[in-house]
Amino acid sequence: MKKSVFLGTLSAAALLAGIAGAGTLDDVKARGQLICGTNVGLTGFGAPDANGNYQGFDVALCKAVAAAVLGDASKVKFVPTTGETRFTALASGEVDVLIRNSTWTFSRDVDLKFDFVAVNYYDGQGFMVKKDLGVSSAKELDGATICIQTGTTTELNLADFFKANNMTYTPVTIADDAEGQRQYLAGACDAYTTDASGLAASRATMPDADNHIILPEIISKEPLGPLVRHGDNQWGDVIRWTYYALVAAEEYGVTSANIEEMANTTQNPEIKRLLGVEGDLGAMLGLDKDWGKRAIAASGNYGEIFEANIGSATPIKLARGLNALWTQGGLQYAPPFR
Amino acid sequence: MAFVQEPPKDAFRLGMLIYDTRYRSITIQVVVLVLFLLFLSWLVNNTIANLALKDRTFDFAFLFARSGYDINQTLVDYTNDSSHLRAAYIGLLNTLLSALIGCALATVLGVTVGVLRLSRNWLISRLMTVYVEIFRNVPVLLWILLGAAILSEATPAPADYRVTEAMQAAGEAPKASMVLFDSVAITTRGINIPAPMVEHGLPRLELPGISLNSNLLVFFLVLGAGLYADHRIRAHARRVQEATGLRPVTWWKSLAVIFVPTIGLLMLMGFHLDYPVLKKFNFTGGIEVLHSFTALTFALAVYTAAFIAEIVRAGILAISRGQSEAAFALGLRPGRTMSLVILPQALRVIIPPLISQYLNLTKNTSLAIAVSYMDLRGTLGGVTLNQTGKELECMLLMMGIYLTISLTISSLMNLFNRAVKLKER
Repeated sequence: MKKSVFLGTLSAAALLAGIAGAGTLDDVKARGQLICGTNVGLTGFGAPDANGNYQGFDVALCKAVAAAVLGDASKVKFVPTTGETRFTALASGEVDVLIRNSTWTFSRDVDLKFDFVAVNYYDGQGFMVKKDLGVSSAKELDGATICIQTGTTTELNLADFFKANNMTYTPVTIADDAEGQRQYLAGACDAYTTDASGLAASRATMPDADNHIILPEIISKEPLGPLVRHGDNQWGDVIRWTYYALVAAEEYGVTSANIEEMANTTQNPEIKRLLGVEGDLGAMLGLDKDWGKRAIAASGNYGEIFEANIGSATPIKLARGLNALWTQGGLQYAPPFR
Repeated sequence: MAFVQEPPKDAFRLGMLIYDTRYRSITIQVVVLVLFLLFLSWLVNNTIANLALKDRTFDFAFLFARSGYDINQTLVDYTNDSSHLRAAYIGLLNTLLSALIGCALATVLGVTVGVLRLSRNWLISRLMTVYVEIFRNVPVLLWILLGAAILSEATPAPADYRVTEAMQAAGEAPKASMVLFDSVAITTRGINIPAPMVEHGLPRLELPGISLNSNLLVFFLVLGAGLYADHRIRAHARRVQEATGLRPVTWWKSLAVIFVPTIGLLMLMGFHLDYPVLKKFNFTGGIEVLHSFTALTFALAVYTAAFIAEIVRAGILAISRGQSEAAFALGLRPGRTMSLVILPQALRVIIPPLISQYLNLTKNTSLAIAVSYMDLRGTLGGVTLNQTGKELECMLLMMGIYLTISLTISSLMNLFNRAVKLKER
């Protein structure tokens, strides 16, 4: 009896945690800390550095949100989640927001009851193979053994791709990127498939990066973005507009270096509204008027975050491509701040 | 003069529920039961309320939707067009396969080690002690991972088997070659063994709900009939021996009734072996035994065997020395004493704890996820759960299935236990 009371209390606590998530913005403010679901370890996007601090493209967005809401970019607790555990973690209220290379799909949005608030990285699924395999196209992979992360959209895309091309394969399902790399390098599979950005990130950490190539085929659309629980629109707005503030900042040339100067000297009314010099956009979000300024100051604008974590100067060497601003032929586009 | 007086019959009062020892224990039990039921209903109610709050439904309709993912080890037909239910069934079969082979191996190994640990040979008994202590005291997950790592790191890649034209011209041998008369290839991914095939097989037997391989069915029927005939022959020989003291020679009759019909049947069906052949990436043809399966099953078997060895040793030590002394006095040699006198009696002590070892092994197969073996936890509780987001349904279903497997094993073993236990009349 004693044991079942204890277990019952545990499960009750787990269930109550779900209820507590109704007004996430108030919860985060009251707690004084943002709990951000992140990758267990994907270099460049979300992985602990040598000192154990989380760094990366997705992590920077978490920090920007913490800066906007709490006024301090360091007030984030990162909860590493795998492909399998991430949605349960968000749905149960264990994390406030999930910023973890998660693909926006119909069923996740509608059936799993989440809201994808933006797309911070436009990606697609690719294949990585060893150079000496002599394969130059994904269409030559008939009969191959392929490592794939379980619980991801890539699992379904892979099945569809091979079916559409009338080819067969043997899947090796693995739990996370580290295990995938180990299996792939050990030769347990011929090819490793995941989002092309993830492949580039994995390749960058391999000791013999030059011996591996990423095949040209991109077999799917993978819009990756932050997501929150369905129905909490105020909190969704906070994440969405914090992200757009970073994109708009790049468009208007506001960087972490010149932000103070811009705030004092700019004559552009949109920048003034963005940085809280004019108007009351912050109050509408339930934040103070400097929220946008703090978000941008945390790790810089979208372009700065991209270049610092996954850009051409980093080992990952991803080109902006689809993720360039709309003014430069890409898809990143922030709605007007007014 | 004495009167026999009836003791005054107290009317029932409410206070007696607490102060009368006759009623008190019932009162306490009723109160606890009510509280427990209230708590249970609160849990269910809480779950329903929270599901409603999150706008989630509770239904199992997703099981009949297209699964959309592939599985690397399928014992029966499965494609990504099959339903999630079918995927769960594939996972269940993989779980059962691993559990079945694991239990069989663990029993054989455990009994051997347990018996040898009592050997008078110092070296052998010490070696067995070392085995038991090492395998019993390291978490089984580590053994599984170690097995998988050794199998995948120490084996040659499929490409190492390839003979290119340049190599042929130079007369070089490939880095790796197949073993056992070129029939078995061990690669980083699995062990490819020849598959038994039949040329002119019988059509599959389609029963409502299941489809059976009638070739296998006929083979086992013929084999079973042969074994039964052999049994009759030996029973007859024993009767003759008891009556006359002379045992007729039976070995050639036994061989004939078992092997002639089965070999005849195989030849009739055009039996042949399908050897694995290296294609572009992998060996095809034959049967591929995945390393994940081998690592999981063997690790579970050697781990559980260590416990079974201790159980067997305890069982043997529980039989008094007088039994073996009596057997020796009758002229039985140590091996026969063990198998005819000691072990049958020891089984009574061995079987109850053995049941729980079988259950442990079966439940431990859910560690398969660590080596990417697609068992029930990997399909229903892994991919299906993730792709459909039906956590509660999948978890409850999985718990139900594991519970059913465990209860089935334990009731079967209890039946066996009843058959071997000491008959007290």
